[in-house]
Amino acid sequence: MKSPSSLSADFSCGTHDHWSRRTLLKSAGLSGLAWLTPLAEILALDAEGTGARKGKRPRSVILLWLDGGPSQLDTFDPHPGKKIAFGAKAIDTAVPGIQLAAGLDRTAEVMQDISLIRSVVSKEGDHERAMYNIKTGYRPDPTVTHPAIGSIICHEMPKTDLEIPNHVSILPGRFPSRGGFLGAQFDAFQVNDPNQPIPDVTSSVTAEREQERIDSLKILENSFSAGRGKNLDRDTTLHLASIENARKMMTSDQLKAFDVSDTPKSESDPYGDSSFGRGCHAAVRLIEAGVRCVEVTLTGWDSHANNAESQAARVATLDPAFASLISDLKARDLLDDTIVLCGGEFGRTPLLNPVAGRDHWPHGFSMAIAGGGLVGGKVIGSTDPEGEKEEPERPARVEDVHATVQHVLGIDSSYEVMTPANRPIALSEGKVIKELLS
Amino acid sequence: MNPPIPQRTAPPILRNLMFAGLCLLGAGALTAALWRPAELAAPGLSTVLAAASDDLSTVVEKVDHAFLTQWQASHVEPVEPASDLLVARRLSLALTGTVPSLEEIRALDKIPVADRQSWWLEYLFADRRSADYLAERFARAYVGIESGPFLVYRRNRMVSWLSDEFFANRRYDELARELIAAKGVWTSQPAANFITVTIDQNDKERGPDEIKLAARVTRAFLGVRIDCVQCHDDKFGDRWKQEDFHQLAAFFAEAEVALGGVRDKDGVIYEARMKGESETEVLTAKVPFAENLYPANSDGTPRERLAAWVTHPENTAFARATVNRVWALMFNRPLIEAVDDLPLDGPFPAGMEILAADLVAHDFDLRRLIRVIAASEAFQLESRAADPESPVSDIQKQQWAAFPLTRMRPEQMASSITQSASLAAINADSHIIRRLASFGDRTNFVQRYGDLGEDEFGEAAGTIPQRLLMMNGKVVRDRTGQNPVLNAATRVGMLAPDDESAVETAFLTTLSRQPTEAELAHFSEQLKGTKGKQRSREMEDLCWALLNSTEFSWNH
Repeated sequence: MKSPSSLSADFSCGTHDHWSRRTLLKSAGLSGLAWLTPLAEILALDAEGTGARKGKRPRSVILLWLDGGPSQLDTFDPHPGKKIAFGAKAIDTAVPGIQLAAGLDRTAEVMQDISLIRSVVSKEGDHERAMYNIKTGYRPDPTVTHPAIGSIICHEMPKTDLEIPNHVSILPGRFPSRGGFLGAQFDAFQVNDPNQPIPDVTSSVTAEREQERIDSLKILENSFSAGRGKNLDRDTTLHLASIENARKMMTSDQLKAFDVSDTPKSESDPYGDSSFGRGCHAAVRLIEAGVRCVEVTLTGWDSHANNAESQAARVATLDPAFASLISDLKARDLLDDTIVLCGGEFGRTPLLNPVAGRDHWPHGFSMAIAGGGLVGGKVIGSTDPEGEKEEPERPARVEDVHATVQHVLGIDSSYEVMTPANRPIALSEGKVIKELLS
Repeated sequence: MNPPIPQRTAPPILRNLMFAGLCLLGAGALTAALWRPAELAAPGLSTVLAAASDDLSTVVEKVDHAFLTQWQASHVEPVEPASDLLVARRLSLALTGTVPSLEEIRALDKIPVADRQSWWLEYLFADRRSADYLAERFARAYVGIESGPFLVYRRNRMVSWLSDEFFANRRYDELARELIAAKGVWTSQPAANFITVTIDQNDKERGPDEIKLAARVTRAFLGVRIDCVQCHDDKFGDRWKQEDFHQLAAFFAEAEVALGGVRDKDGVIYEARMKGESETEVLTAKVPFAENLYPANSDGTPRERLAAWVTHPENTAFARATVNRVWALMFNRPLIEAVDDLPLDGPFPAGMEILAADLVAHDFDLRRLIRVIAASEAFQLESRAADPESPVSDIQKQQWAAFPLTRMRPEQMASSITQSASLAAINADSHIIRRLASFGDRTNFVQRYGDLGEDEFGEAAGTIPQRLLMMNGKVVRDRTGQNPVLNAATRVGMLAPDDESAVETAFLTTLSRQPTEAELAHFSEQLKGTKGKQRSREMEDLCWALLNSTEFSWNH
């Protein structure tokens, strides 16, 4: 059998259809983790576009994760004047006919670049399960851990010219995106508020002393690798490879993209003085540096009591950050290259509970989507203004959002990845939301 | 050929010197308590021999013969046996989640070669850390790792109860029955947490979740993933129907949580909507296979009857699932992939049927199972080939003709780093300050290193954040930096009689082996002529390299 790396050369036709499941299985059984590599390489050729696609596909994704479940009625799907609004106001936007909840003033100004899916439906009403569902496009399944959208994209569109991780989670919160069955190397790299240094990227010793340490390490590695084969590191442990990448990162200029503290005030102020604002600012800089996927988390949306006040406080943080992220990407000519998603694990009930809170509502909630060449200023689906009908008009399933993002990036969602337990799983089982394409 | 682990004995003078040095250092009472090399709470040799004198060797021979037959049939040669110390390291990692301490390695040295491994195993069984660690590992299969619905669920309570049960070596079938049929309040009846963990925090009225419970019971105790057919019939075969799963779930319909905790309310019915149907239908409790083993009389609650069926001595699925899990804990890889997905009717790999039968024949004695597996040839093999020119092949790996190379778990890493910085074992007898430091470090480290959660035995390679954490992180820096009170690195540098002994000691505390000639030459050269702070720095660099090696991070 050919070695996995030599196989990629046979795929000059640029399609992975030839790479049969059987071959993959065989390779998986025989050479450990190596099976992840060739497929990724092939898809890299495909997705980056060696031919006609070149330059036409977006290449990055930013996920603004509103942790806890934002109220659609107090964000992207207001029903002013209706009973279910309970007094919440709405404002007009740059796009005639589309209103947002009061407080999203800056976002309203860039509405022409953003579309709203107001009819997302899921079956998960528990935070953890719903988070899994939205981030992976699959419902939790005890037999397998699905990868998050960012991990799928990094797996399908690998990058080799980057010295920093290509999947980053800023303010990771409780459930940062994970690589699942694709492997821990596709987990998002977690960083906190960009005003703090990134943990563990600074060596505590001089460069000279570190080199001596690495030289000593090599002696130990020589002893250990004896009798374990030449490709121990590449096929099984990725230990020295990870050390090498970690060291590349430690000394990389690209690390500066994480640090927004020395940017001019005129650039940083519009994002708002919040960790989420700084996270969004850093996200733009990371995308500019070539990072594939970034998620930024804003927590605190779980308003089981005093819904109006707590949603308004979150909206005040979200609005300047989200709007600045869109306009900043546009100003840097990156918006067409970057898909921006903004939403949480579910919406909130149309009716208030006895303590003026709204509870979990997976039956029709909103996600904002922008960039990547998608249509802006459009609304998909609608919820019942009276709050009586549970089912929204033109429901969009969670997996449909995934399929749409993958499609726009040039990834074939129906492609089945073989899990380590030899179970084929499609990248997404959703259908593309065509209205967003044109 | 390069012998992987030369069996060089360190000079006894080193031990004495260290003891003297430590006493000198520890002038204060507190420090003295930290330093005093405690007597190992180890069983006497006669106890060990008694435990081993059973018919253990007969079953071990059978297991070995089964593997040998399999190897011969596929023309596979096993690799060489591993050294005693390497086997001791594996056992220590599997049972206590940490590498052995220098003190333990020295004690092991004193045991006659023929008795070493059985003595070590009994020593580990007698150590509370083993029960604690096994409890945590088993708990993952029973209740996962999440903190769950706080009002009705206490994970810590359950784990410490499990630890008590493992420490007492309770019959495993009894333990399983208690969990499945658990009653009472989750705080005073810890097994009840197995039931209450499935309660939805946001919908407590619904009570324990039949679906989750049916899935847990079949996976954890029978090694069957029947929950895949929750929503549709079996896609990959015609073994399971959707109905089978829901009939199983119906056993849990009566379970509810009332003021007095978990109880069974007579006559509650279970309904589910089958695929393609518009109405729900009532399903009665029925076991999905081996119906002849289901209790004929109708005594007890449905859960008690289910528990009796699951653990019936003739329901071999239970014994096999147990063997597969214990095997996985010891090798860090299950005998059959995945750990909770075994075929009901075979075919089974070498060893499985013999071990399962032995477990049933010996009252579901987990310790006996561990003793048998530990003594088997497969466990005793090296993980590499002796001849570098013909390294371990894929077929050798697949057939257990070499010990599997797997990434160490985050908590094993954290505990091992901390342990390697201490010459004595960090256990229940250790000083509270050291144990607290060890606990705090571990929690933070595990989070950063990345817990694998319930997906315990998935194939995983190293990651960049892990390497950054090991290269530059606080835990490694604190445990190797100059600190004559807390760090073995500094102390060994100060107290070892010569450079070679210092290098040897550092290797033993981290990699549980002596250095090779080349390694000894290289690192002694680094230490040569150094003293004071410079020497501490060199020792720190040596320990840094050891802790950052593949060998330290991978179970082998």
